[in-house]
Amino acid sequence: MTYRRAFCALLLFTSPLAAQDTTTRGVRIGLTYDPGSKLGVVVLRGAGTGADSIRAIVQRDLDFGDRISVIRIDSPSDTGRDVVPNWAVLAKLGAAAAVQITPTPTGMHLAVYDVAKQTTALVREYVAPAMSDLRGWRAALHGLSDDIEESFTGTRGIARTRVLFERAKRIYVADSDGEQVVALTPTASVMSPSWSPNGQSMVYTNWQPPAHVVVHDLTTGRERTVFSGGGVSVTPVFSPDGSTIAFGHGVDDGVDIYAVDAAGTNVRRLSVGHGSDNTSPTFSPDGRRLAFMSGRAGHPELYTMDADGANFSPLTPLDFGENAYRANPDWSPAGQTVAFQSMISGIFQIMTINLRDLGMKQLTSDGKNEEPSWAPDGRHLVFSSNRSGSKQLWVVDVETGRTRQLTRGAAVRNPSWSPRLSSN
Amino acid sequence: MTSRAVALAVFTVITVGMVDACRKSPETVPVPVTASTPDDGAQRRADSIANAAAKRRADSISAAARNNMPAPVSDARTQTELTNTLAQKVFFDYDKDDLRDDAKSVLDAKAAILNANASVTLIISGNTDERGTAEYNLALGQRRAAQVKRYLESRGVSEARLTAQSLGDSAPVASGTDEASYQQNRRAEFEAHNAGTLVRPRS
Repeated sequence: MTYRRAFCALLLFTSPLAAQDTTTRGVRIGLTYDPGSKLGVVVLRGAGTGADSIRAIVQRDLDFGDRISVIRIDSPSDTGRDVVPNWAVLAKLGAAAAVQITPTPTGMHLAVYDVAKQTTALVREYVAPAMSDLRGWRAALHGLSDDIEESFTGTRGIARTRVLFERAKRIYVADSDGEQVVALTPTASVMSPSWSPNGQSMVYTNWQPPAHVVVHDLTTGRERTVFSGGGVSVTPVFSPDGSTIAFGHGVDDGVDIYAVDAAGTNVRRLSVGHGSDNTSPTFSPDGRRLAFMSGRAGHPELYTMDADGANFSPLTPLDFGENAYRANPDWSPAGQTVAFQSMISGIFQIMTINLRDLGMKQLTSDGKNEEPSWAPDGRHLVFSSNRSGSKQLWVVDVETGRTRQLTRGAAVRNPSWSPRLSSN
Repeated sequence: MTSRAVALAVFTVITVGMVDACRKSPETVPVPVTASTPDDGAQRRADSIANAAAKRRADSISAAARNNMPAPVSDARTQTELTNTLAQKVFFDYDKDDLRDDAKSVLDAKAAILNANASVTLIISGNTDERGTAEYNLALGQRRAAQVKRYLESRGVSEARLTAQSLGDSAPVASGTDEASYQQNRRAEFEAHNAGTLVRPRS
């Protein structure tokens, strides 16, 4: 019964995808295949219950990774498990590789084919939760997609990641493909969720006075307050080693960057803002520096300092133009770039600044775009945008500018992209 | 009227009152003794000392009444008026926490009530319009509340009776996206506790 219901849910779920497939019926060489930069991959149809859903999800995962060109073909029938594919047809389609995923009683069976060599490159068995545990089943499948991407490109995909965000002042989480939206907090007064480096917990603030900083265990749902000091506490983030939480806090004399040990001890002030507002800290990947927003120059700009507060220096060049306003920095996982939002002609847009040459790049121009957060591949950013009419989350590939919508429904904001996840 | 003018007016009223109060006792201090017999003089001196003492006592009683006793009539209308004054919002300019003159006048009136009602505590909530980031706005709201708190402290209200907090842009009173709505939302709100029956301050 549960199984059946879950399966029906899955069918409902994937019906838009099926519709999408019918619109792209036939060979799409030349439309989506760019042999100069991307590897062409055909996802062959597998056999068995759920095989079509699996195929649709994996095709979408590989497509969203922006490193593989998914060649969509309308397979007339499944080829059967581990049946050697038709090399000539695949070569003609421009495919360098083909994959096939077949459901098994305990999970999935993956076969990867090298078209040029006409060999089976990889066969792997996956243990996955039953489809009745749709969230866990999908997580396992996303992990399989990431394995495929890694085997082809050398870089692990980001399908098995999740995004935290705020909706109506509660915190939610969604899979990287926008599915499996789950509410995580019951109270409607929380904001600024951010992942722990191991992906097993998050930190956020409850701004309802007296404001406090909360660590929430995503496995058990258990919560503990790590800081409560009156006034405001905003924008907490974990250090890359998970030992420290940095956040903005202030009572009577502006807001400064503070740090507290993850256990909730050893609170110390890091910035010296002299009554200005200092919020939104983000650690460099080595944990030695922090970028943050400060209003000390009269309007919000970005600055950096050592993780102990020393060696303060401006990051973004001071812009005293009308409406100058730069905020919400997020340090890229590779460390060379900081994403942020900047007021351009009176409207926030997503930008990046390269730490080597301080070159800035504008990534959005459609609507109001805010709160960028890096994916663990350092190539994609999730951000909030009102371009569709309501505030939703969107994902941009910073290399190509390709953009997709992640969330739908009631307005959302303040996304935080997870590290790569290994457990459900 | 600018707040400075208001402050000056308030100051003047208070000062005049104080001078008035002071003037009364010196008036009674020893009357000059002129060409009189020692006995007569001694008698007059004794009388004048007694008179002065009586007058001082009367003055101190009336002063005590003025300062400490409840207002003679604590009617509902007075209570409403005092409560409303304590709750009256103050407003700010865009992205600013500076107190405008209109805000200072409102705060002066609150300070007077707080100073006349020592048990009342006040929670000050800073609010912002929707522009800017939510996090920045929480910080800005806190700065506004803190600025209000500092001003009330400078008017003699003890720090322990005042709490500054921020709601950022989460509690707008006007939902429009025009300047008029934004102005209504850039504000500090006040919540009085232990108010009970309020005593009207003497001005």
